[in-house]
Amino acid sequence: MSLLQTDQLLAYYGDFQALYGISLRLEEGETVALIGANGAGKSTFLKAITGLVKHGGGAVRFAGEDVSRTPAHKILAKGVALVPEGRRLFPSLSVEENLLMGGYAKRPGPWTLPRIYALFPALQAHAKRPATALSGGQQQMVAIGRALMSNPRLLLCDELSLGLAPIIIRDIYAAFPTIKGEGTSVLVVEQDTSQALKVADRVYCFQEGRISLEGRPADLTREQITQAYFGV
Amino acid sequence: MSDWINTIVQGVLTGGLYALLAAGLSLSFGVMRIINIAHGDFAVLAAFIAIALAQWLGLNPAEALLLTLPLMAAVGYVLQRYILNRALGADVMRPLLVTFGFSIIIQNLLLEGFSATPRSLYAGNFGTSSVTLNAQIAIGYLPLTMMIVAVAILAGMQMLFSRTMLGRAFRAASDDPEVVRLMGVDNRHVYALAMALAMVMVGVAGVFLVLQSNTSPTDGPQNLLYAFESVIIGGLGSLWGTLAGGVILGVAQAIGAKFDPGWGTLAGHLCFLAVLAFRPNGLFPKTKDR
Amino acid sequence: MHSSPKLQLALQLLGLAVCAGAAIAAAAMPWWSARYTEQWTIEFLYTLALAQGWNLLAGYGGLLSVGQQAFIGVGGYLIVAIAVMGGLNPFVVVPIAGVACTVLAIPMAALLFRLRGPNFAVGTWVVAEVLRLVISNIDAVGGGSGTSITDALIGIPVWWRMSTTLWIALALGAGGTLIVYALLRSRLGLALTAVRDSEAAAASLGVSVTRVKWIVYLAAACWAGMTGALIFITKLRVAPDAAFSIDWMSTTFFVVVIGGIGTIEGPIIGTLVFFVLRGLLADYGSWYLVALGVIAIVFVLFIPKGVAGLLQDLTGASMFPVQRRAPR
Repeated sequence: MSLLQTDQLLAYYGDFQALYGISLRLEEGETVALIGANGAGKSTFLKAITGLVKHGGGAVRFAGEDVSRTPAHKILAKGVALVPEGRRLFPSLSVEENLLMGGYAKRPGPWTLPRIYALFPALQAHAKRPATALSGGQQQMVAIGRALMSNPRLLLCDELSLGLAPIIIRDIYAAFPTIKGEGTSVLVVEQDTSQALKVADRVYCFQEGRISLEGRPADLTREQITQAYFGV
Repeated sequence: MSDWINTIVQGVLTGGLYALLAAGLSLSFGVMRIINIAHGDFAVLAAFIAIALAQWLGLNPAEALLLTLPLMAAVGYVLQRYILNRALGADVMRPLLVTFGFSIIIQNLLLEGFSATPRSLYAGNFGTSSVTLNAQIAIGYLPLTMMIVAVAILAGMQMLFSRTMLGRAFRAASDDPEVVRLMGVDNRHVYALAMALAMVMVGVAGVFLVLQSNTSPTDGPQNLLYAFESVIIGGLGSLWGTLAGGVILGVAQAIGAKFDPGWGTLAGHLCFLAVLAFRPNGLFPKTKDR
Repeated sequence: MHSSPKLQLALQLLGLAVCAGAAIAAAAMPWWSARYTEQWTIEFLYTLALAQGWNLLAGYGGLLSVGQQAFIGVGGYLIVAIAVMGGLNPFVVVPIAGVACTVLAIPMAALLFRLRGPNFAVGTWVVAEVLRLVISNIDAVGGGSGTSITDALIGIPVWWRMSTTLWIALALGAGGTLIVYALLRSRLGLALTAVRDSEAAAASLGVSVTRVKWIVYLAAACWAGMTGALIFITKLRVAPDAAFSIDWMSTTFFVVVIGGIGTIEGPIIGTLVFFVLRGLLADYGSWYLVALGVIAIVFVLFIPKGVAGLLQDLTGASMFPVQRRAPR
């Protein structure tokens, strides 16, 4: 049984169809990367899984359970957490309060405030500051920490590297082995493929709302990926 | 001179009532981003519920107040959860019109049930006795209690917002209603809780209102305006600013009424307009802008 | 739903014909109708005038005023000041009230535009209350109990009084509808729709949001002022509580919400529905108003586009299309 499995998932924004039948699997403990150009439907796919976008057909199964109709506020209790695109921290909350909000549902598990500070030591000194007063990279760490505080079985990460300097991106991805070490499965969405391919066990490439390529990073050639990414 | 001091003291204490009204309004604006046009009508509704309970069950005002509050909380929860939540969204006109509808419905139901005659709730000796500071200055127990209760409730709100999970959820839901759901927060429920809390504060204010003076079913709108003015004078989003706003409004009204009884309310409105003209963000704006 | 161009054209012509016919029939009423019907028509037309003004303001300009009664009341009291005390013909005061309210709206807008969204709404209400209280304190105009304006009408034959009132009401109600329609089909209309849909996007397209709001606010103030002056000519008496009453807004909201916010035909339909309901239910007193409140809430929640929107969805066409369609 896969941890996450979607079958012919469709999604629409009004008249515009964003996803044309996405069938994807993710096994327990696996890290999977979704790559693709801007507008390929990657973020929509994450929103459809979490219930932020009502999907227009197909099925989503999480740990064997049909979660197609599960509303967004109940998906976390099942063990799915999202690091949203653009971080979306709560500006009127401090860093620590943002992290505590992640633990709102009180799902038991290994992640606690001290462990988040141990994972991202840069945050501890800023615990009482407004979250949006931090640098972009530190804000991204807060967003990841906030998602981890719910002790998810599956962590969804949307465009972690967006707008960050390469050295900061490296710092953030450095946390991944620890996260995976707790048995957490990860689905990362990236436009910037290099980091994603490094951490992923398997990769799916999206193009115009469809899966254009699937495989292990080691098995895929640069040409294949370019072809699947740009569709040229 | 001392009657001026009396006037100002009265105004300050009335400010406690306005701050209570304002804190409820400010809570629903802060969390749901709506202005409840029926806010003052809910205060009057609470007042009449308390009057009815006191009459039917032979309760004293304090008992009537304690019974009224859970009722108001339930009304707030249900109205927000099953009606107002449906009107939330990008269009701020819809909640405005829905709450305007509430206002008309409440006023006319009260007129139907209680007629247009102004009523009050009799607080016995407590309502009329006062602390005498010297021969000229006396502070009524009732307005003093009102102020103390207002400060206590505002302090409680401050604690709730800054120290509790629910308070954080209120702020987070206000910041980003979409992402907060991914934290497992059901914002429809959280909004309903916020409205229930706002209605409890309104309930306390309404009962004090009717203990202090005669109130008629159509007095809601003026109380909405006082609450609104206190919020804006104090600065949006600042609880203690709201208290200051209420006090400033109360004092302005008391001074106006001292010159001419017809000028009290007008002086309060003009004070609000003056703040809007010279300090549009209020006198005590929150340093954190959001 | 998209209608066939033929149906759309037919409906548009039908709408035009019906409205033109109704306008001509109304204008000729003094020669054929009973006085009672004439009075009803006058009331219908001034209610429509108020509704169209607010529709433009809120439905298109995004300015949620709850305080248009400020201008209605000022219009009414200008009749007292200029016609009763100054001796001028009261009907001449109507356009003067329009100008006066436009001028009055300038400092009001300067102050109130500092408040956003729902705060603006309550702010407009405060200003209306200020005007009510100020006038209540002026003994020369009768203070809180108000004053009669029959003195201003002495010497005008009843037939002329009724007829002129009707024609001015027609100009305000039907003319107002036409002006809003023409406005929305103009460049300003495009700007308005853009501002309503997204202020930020409109600004990025080079639309001056502030300018658009000013124009709409002043226009609505002017219209409400003239309508207010006319209303109190028909009422023969003006008192602050009635002149600056929030009830004017309740009626306006009801009419626009039931008819359909942001459509031209909405206020017409809404006004009709309002008068029919009032005729049927007014005997029930407070319960009638409770019913209006409930109906309005049901419409806002479940039929946000009003009766006009329902009709448009059913037929796929509109009598007064203000959207410009891209050629297909």
